[in-house]
Amino acid sequence: MSDPDRDLERMLGRDPHVVLRVISKFLIPLIALFALYVQFHGDYGPGGGFQAGVILAASVILYALVFGLKAAKAAFPPRLIRYGMTLGVLLYGGTGVVTWFLGGEFLNYSVLAHDASHGQHYGILAVELGVLVTVTSVMIAIFYAFGSRQPETSNEDW
Amino acid sequence: MSLLAAAVEPAFLVPTLLLDICFLALLVVVAFAIVRMRSLFGIVMLQGVYSLLSAAWFVTLDAVDVAFTEAAVGAGVSTVLMLSAMLLADRQSTPVPMRRQLGALAVVVLAGAAMLYAVGDMPAFGDVNSPANSYVGMDFMAKTAEEVKIPNVVTAVLASYRGYDTFGEVVVIFSAGLGVLLLLGLNGNSGNWVARPNGQVINDRTAPSAGLYQDNRSEEQRAEAGQ
Repeated sequence: MSDPDRDLERMLGRDPHVVLRVISKFLIPLIALFALYVQFHGDYGPGGGFQAGVILAASVILYALVFGLKAAKAAFPPRLIRYGMTLGVLLYGGTGVVTWFLGGEFLNYSVLAHDASHGQHYGILAVELGVLVTVTSVMIAIFYAFGSRQPETSNEDW
Repeated sequence: MSLLAAAVEPAFLVPTLLLDICFLALLVVVAFAIVRMRSLFGIVMLQGVYSLLSAAWFVTLDAVDVAFTEAAVGAGVSTVLMLSAMLLADRQSTPVPMRRQLGALAVVVLAGAAMLYAVGDMPAFGDVNSPANSYVGMDFMAKTAEEVKIPNVVTAVLASYRGYDTFGEVVVIFSAGLGVLLLLGLNGNSGNWVARPNGQVINDRTAPSAGLYQDNRSEEQRAEAGQ
């Protein structure tokens, strides 16, 4: 990053990745939005927590690839990612425990509301949210773990 | 099997059949290209292409959920992960001598023969009497509308009827992430460690083994590591 030639190039406005940066700046919010659509439209069309989680993680990884790992880590701190990994599993398991306390079997969502099918809706929503949080966090965590192991690759190194 | 179906109803099925054949042929071509190639960067890119082609093929088979996942995981995330793993290792693979490949060839031929043998027992594509389309699967189809009341039966099965399985899958993903973090560390601890045996401070540069490695980090990272 502190290579004087590259700094000079940047000062002169000759960033070789300017097209990539502009296009991904436009695309990344759309990808994240699409992930949310896949998540919350899972009851009606194809999709769900797994797919949405991976798509959301892909948007963060694209951000890290184009703008650098440091910027991605500032936006999604590793500490948050670590909590997210466990939080999703706890949310899924916790839903099951709540149904226990409400008198049903483990993960029997029908007891979550007065109307059994409403209970199912709430349960599926909570469970899919847990899946989303865990999958997103794990994917980003694995990327951070691999990506942080080496110094940034310069353009010539490829 | 789909060949037979196409013969019965050619007007509708031929375009998708052609697409299927094209996708499968391209998959074979890409697979051979991967085997022949020596540049790991090219191989990783071709693996992404392979995943994207499979995703497109899944769409023609009406398995949109699977196509989604394949495109996002196979072509997207795992390509990036393979690239970053490649950066930690080598850029080129060295050719393996022919006689050391014979064992692998035998395993591949045996596994392929076993799969071809098993194809005869598989139900035809879209067979109404296949195990997936009878027994409990039909119960899910019939009861989702009144019990769960959501239009997408896949989600109902995944999250509600088979909630235990999905919980298991989430735990598997969690443990996979945990394993990687235990091995590599979330921040990549390479070059950042400090040990204090007997009050003596040792880090990556003062360690006895430091002379064995070439330090190719930038000034900035060296300053960070030095704390």
